[in-house]
Amino acid sequence: MSTEFIIAAIVTIVGLTTPILLAALGELVVEKAGVLNLGVEGMMLMGAICGFGATVSTFNPWLGILGAAAGGALSSMLFAVLVLELNSNQVATGLALTIFGTGLSSLMGLSYTGFIVPVFGSIFPASLASDPYLKVIFGYSPIVYFALIMVPAVAWFLKSTRAGMILRAVGENDLSAHSIGYSVKGVRYAAIAFGGAMAGIGGAYFSMVITPMWAEKMTAGRGWIALALVVFAGWRAGRLLVGAYFFGILMALELYAKAAGFSFLPSQFWAAMPYLMTIVALSVISIRDRSGGNAPACLGKPFLPST
Amino acid sequence: MRIKLEKRPEPSTLMAFATPIASVLLTMAIGVVVFDALGIKGEKAVIDIFLTPLLSSYKWQDVAVKAAPLIIIALGLSIGNRAQVWNIGAEGQYIIGALAAAGVGIAAGGAGGGIIITLMILAGIAGGTAWAVLPAFLKTRLNVNEILSTLMLTYVALQVLGYLVGGPWKDPNGRNFPATAPLHADQTLPILFPGTTVHLGVAIALVLPFVFWLIMSRSVFGFQIRVVGSAPDAARHGGFDAKQTIWLSLLIGGAMAGLAGALEFAGALKAINLGFPSGYGFTAIIVSFLGRLNPIGCLIAGVVLAVTYVGGQVAQTTVHIPNSTAGIFQAMMLFFILASDILIRYRVRFVGSPKASALPAAGE
Repeated sequence: MSTEFIIAAIVTIVGLTTPILLAALGELVVEKAGVLNLGVEGMMLMGAICGFGATVSTFNPWLGILGAAAGGALSSMLFAVLVLELNSNQVATGLALTIFGTGLSSLMGLSYTGFIVPVFGSIFPASLASDPYLKVIFGYSPIVYFALIMVPAVAWFLKSTRAGMILRAVGENDLSAHSIGYSVKGVRYAAIAFGGAMAGIGGAYFSMVITPMWAEKMTAGRGWIALALVVFAGWRAGRLLVGAYFFGILMALELYAKAAGFSFLPSQFWAAMPYLMTIVALSVISIRDRSGGNAPACLGKPFLPST
Repeated sequence: MRIKLEKRPEPSTLMAFATPIASVLLTMAIGVVVFDALGIKGEKAVIDIFLTPLLSSYKWQDVAVKAAPLIIIALGLSIGNRAQVWNIGAEGQYIIGALAAAGVGIAAGGAGGGIIITLMILAGIAGGTAWAVLPAFLKTRLNVNEILSTLMLTYVALQVLGYLVGGPWKDPNGRNFPATAPLHADQTLPILFPGTTVHLGVAIALVLPFVFWLIMSRSVFGFQIRVVGSAPDAARHGGFDAKQTIWLSLLIGGAMAGLAGALEFAGALKAINLGFPSGYGFTAIIVSFLGRLNPIGCLIAGVVLAVTYVGGQVAQTTVHIPNSTAGIFQAMMLFFILASDILIRYRVRFVGSPKASALPAAGE
């Protein structure tokens, strides 16, 4: 196996991993605050179209990323108002958000069909970014580095900051947090908005980096993999990184299996692999964490203070 | 003035009936405003999506054929949703059901007739059920989240479909297009009204809600599902087995989705290609909630959602909006119905603001 092949493989894997890592980091924070938002796929699509639209209108990919984050966060507020103000069922409301985001992004995308934007690629000088060897470090979109920085940032926030501690308290025991005087709703609004913004940026990776154009349903179910990743990682940011790259490698296998002529198995087998492995991974995790693992105690439950 | 929520002593039956209707009406009203804002003739779009399919009789058969799978899948899902067992993978079970029916049809070769058709339908039910076995097993044995496992299996089902119609089951006379050969005429479901597309599956979708209603309201099983969903602790004390409820919820959901897939294949489409999965399995979740998890409600809600599908296609040609717009309307209906859930259990009171009433006291 040549060095070139390994480098190309790493670049592919990083590309496949980044969107699910971003979305999963966002959902991790949401779930740590005790809220289960199944709308990740819809928010990713909203981010993908908003990021693309903002890039087309401003010719500035940085504003595009901002647009993607705003699109994801704004759509997440629909979910937030329903589950936090009206105590609607979180599972069904999240699903509604996914259906809504899929439809709305298609409608918004109509006016952008056929547009192409420049790939939001590496901002390092070409001598580094295009070097056949150094590109393995310098050849990525800024979104990739952002995702990698966010892993320790989220871990640090949750573990070592006061705000992170309050957020975890809200997720573990909302009634106690409320009685001490913390704003359960406020914390959850913020967490849901953060989750939406991260999912939005993850979605924009598809429309601004992978294929720099818009296509309906272009996130192809990766939002659901991100949701599974959070469970798989036991609600820990560090393990999320490992899990995301594990899935990235599985998804890359599909591409390479075809190219490398592993044709003794149909290509669909490799395409189904990440999904089958998700089930296997969830089962293994469940065997290990028999008692429900590290799931936040209030995850998915409505907050009903007596006053 | 501020709004205060008071818990009702009894859930409101009036609200349970009124809120789904209000949700549909609100969705239409907002649709007009949003489309106008987007520069599309809002009124025309909403009328085409929600009313044209009902007002023009030649669209009725389309509505009936589209409603059938939605109703059948929603009936099964409502049982799980009631028991808080979330089967999000009906789409996959629907696909496998259709493939199982196709397998029987192919295995039968040139043979057809009632027995073969019955076997195809039974195979569809078995296929859909089988696709729900793994999530049920993993949920009851290892506590694996059924939302994720059923959904992951939907993506696997898509690949199984892609493999079969592009490989072993590909129509040899199909110009290399990935699709099964069209069914023989005597392997397709009978048509109820000559000259229309209304097939036997529509009749099944009309009868099943009443069967489910009888089961849910008159049997111990129906009682068990209702208790497990609304009062899990009471259910445990009452001796109802939570694991059994999970198994039954998922298997019935799978069976109904598989049945819908087989009927859609043998009755409406008659061949399976890569476009066969059209999202009925997901839309049925909306049907289930819009129908308030009630079998008769599912029947009505299934027709409403089918109208938006057919109407979405009408609006596509008349006001040039994408087909996906119907999805936005469907999601809005679900948002409204979920938002209004609170009205069933709570009463909204407008009360004088405590600050306002405190003012005169302060002036004394």
